[in-house]
Amino acid sequence: MFAAIEGSLAVAEAVKRCKPDVVSAYPITPQTHIIEELAKMIANGELKAEYVNVESEHSAASVVLGASATGARAYTATTSQGLLLMVEVLYCIAGLRLPVVLGAANRAVSAPINIWNDFQDTMAARDTGWIQLYAENNQEASDLHIQAYKIAENKDVRLPVMVCMDGYLITHSIEPVRIPSKEEVDKFLPSYRPEHCLTTKEPLTFGYLMGSEGYMETRYLIHEAMENAKGVIEDVAKDFSSVFGRFCGGLVEEYRLDNAQFVFVSMGTMVGVIKEAVDALRTEGKKVGALKIRSFRPFPKEAVIKALKGAAGVMVIEKDVSLGSAGALALEVKDTLYGLKKMPKVKGYIAGLGGREVLNETIVKALTLFDSDVKEPVFLDLKESVEGRKYA
Amino acid sequence: MSIEVFIYPGTSVENKTGSWRVFWPKYLHDKCIGCGNCVTFCPEGCVAGKGRGREATYEADMDFCKGCGICAEECPVNDIEMVREEV
Amino acid sequence: MHKLYNNNLLAPGHTACRGCGEALGARLVLNAAGPKTIVTNATGCLEVFSTRYPQSAWEVPWIHSLFENSAAVASGVAAALKSMGREDEARVIAQGGDGGTADIGLQALSGTLERGDDVLYVCYDNEAYMNTGVQRSGLTPPGAHTTTSPVGKVSIGNKTNKKDLPSIVAAHHIPYMATASVGFPADLQRKVKKAVSIKGPKYIQVFVPCPLGWGSDPALTIKIAKLIVETALFPLYEKEDGKLTSLRKLVKRKPVSEYFKLQKRFAHLFKTEEGKREMERIQAIADKNAEEYGLTSKPKAP
Repeated sequence: MFAAIEGSLAVAEAVKRCKPDVVSAYPITPQTHIIEELAKMIANGELKAEYVNVESEHSAASVVLGASATGARAYTATTSQGLLLMVEVLYCIAGLRLPVVLGAANRAVSAPINIWNDFQDTMAARDTGWIQLYAENNQEASDLHIQAYKIAENKDVRLPVMVCMDGYLITHSIEPVRIPSKEEVDKFLPSYRPEHCLTTKEPLTFGYLMGSEGYMETRYLIHEAMENAKGVIEDVAKDFSSVFGRFCGGLVEEYRLDNAQFVFVSMGTMVGVIKEAVDALRTEGKKVGALKIRSFRPFPKEAVIKALKGAAGVMVIEKDVSLGSAGALALEVKDTLYGLKKMPKVKGYIAGLGGREVLNETIVKALTLFDSDVKEPVFLDLKESVEGRKYA
Repeated sequence: MSIEVFIYPGTSVENKTGSWRVFWPKYLHDKCIGCGNCVTFCPEGCVAGKGRGREATYEADMDFCKGCGICAEECPVNDIEMVREEV
Repeated sequence: MHKLYNNNLLAPGHTACRGCGEALGARLVLNAAGPKTIVTNATGCLEVFSTRYPQSAWEVPWIHSLFENSAAVASGVAAALKSMGREDEARVIAQGGDGGTADIGLQALSGTLERGDDVLYVCYDNEAYMNTGVQRSGLTPPGAHTTTSPVGKVSIGNKTNKKDLPSIVAAHHIPYMATASVGFPADLQRKVKKAVSIKGPKYIQVFVPCPLGWGSDPALTIKIAKLIVETALFPLYEKEDGKLTSLRKLVKRKPVSEYFKLQKRFAHLFKTEEGKREMERIQAIADKNAEEYGLTSKPKAP
């Protein structure tokens, strides 16, 4: 079914077809439409699941932790401060190797309080052991949710997945979306049957105390599972394509990289803006292209090297900043390319924080500033009042 | 090295906490009235037995008994004596 | 399934201190609840001494993740059992210490109770953060020395009254709640059995002495657990649907000094005039409890 639909509703439709047993969430803008829709589906009996209304995101995450550990398929969604409040639990969900899926409606973090989109929230959760997939549009947000369960529940992965989608730009925007049919999802996604869970049939102890004799190994095993996830994410995207007839997944997406001398690297909806800018710059004869990072965790080093090794310059534009250092994605890209025989020059840009609109001109400006000596990270589109400073 | 996210039930019995003991409870099996206080109140759950008087079989499992002295304290007929462990 | 050690659902070999009231409490609770139980546990002594990798003392399915979320995790377990049609498989018990319940876990506890989730929450109350080294919690009683409410030249120990957690719980109008003490094991186990027979949220606060944290003789754990009840500082009662359905009456109420003198955390109260005044103030709290609950008359002076 093809429908013009709000991103949040497209996500809820996808989640419904994944048949979670337990949904628990705490309302926070701009995640609300997703959980309201799921609550409605459960209230109408369209989705047979328990909806647990909690008193905080910390408890929402704890409820899905408990549910998943009991062998249930579980879903939660949040954003911004809510995600930050969850972080403590997110580490546990990953450490207990529970395949929870979380929809993150990316939003700025306080202070000042700001409800608009950027990626500072999920970047604060990047080291929790969760797989992080970033959606470019409504279709991807929907499709990645379905793939997320298959990735998370893969026995070589067994890690939770965060589907990151730009607040408002995806969650509240209406776009044409192919809504998957129940039959397609059933064919694609088998029901969840964990090898071990909380059951009186096998009274196991989960969440034990581990000293220095093995803690490091548990961390290594999560890292190894992340490495395994790279292959699984690609395979799941192929499976998805064969069932649904569209390829909408994988670690990265290359856009017009043929002979590209300068490549923009970004995530989320900004990639859409970049693609248009690339098209326009190409018509002017500029050899530019784009690389979309869909999977930030695991970070697809091999795919990034393959995509960028021939480029002369790489411009990483991102909606987050590690204050006092640089953008998180730029650091990853530089680390990935460091040591290559012909290492492209990489420049990091910060854009779109707190919902600042990223326009075609923003992208063009990044290219213009590439050879300038403006200090990194380059804050794009800073207001006049603070402009003229050394960072932009 | 394989590390699962779970460990198996009741496996703590491999850890013999009896080595902590400074005093051990000597069950005299003399005046015992079979009340079972020693069984009920043991924080380790390591006391078992039955019967009363000379027939009583109550004993603390020396593999686990930490020598807290609760059983001796709670014995209503003073039929358990705390004795210093010999080094 | 392997053979249980002495039919206990908490096996020995755990590393609780000598004379630990919490280890005893947990064993009594679990044995009363039976093997058809799934347990969630807050961070704390109980979790640490029972699950040192690779050994577990638990004989029932058990999970720990964080300090403040035992109730919420239990809600998740209960929701999963219900959603998957496994409700008959097990009852859900959430466990936590006084800090994990009354302080950092209070919000999650309130959520579980308010939603009506089918969970029994058991709070093992030893009146301070013992696992981290005896720091004051909201359930630390007045006058008690802890490492963060120390006795000093200008301090007689903890300045605040013990938070009335049972009343906070009662305000949620849950079907069953009770207070209990390891000093009265049959009473405790009866209450646990009753609680798990009832659908919906249940709460039991169990008084569990901590010899290490309180500076008491490990052998006196039971004696102390009885004394607090007998002084009326910790009344034992049950409430069903908000109605008081049982109350442990006191034949001879004992003065609080008799309870205090067995514990180093209160030793300073006997040494100064200010300490004695504080003891009188605490005696007045016990008197008020006795009057409010109708436990007994004023105690005779020792």
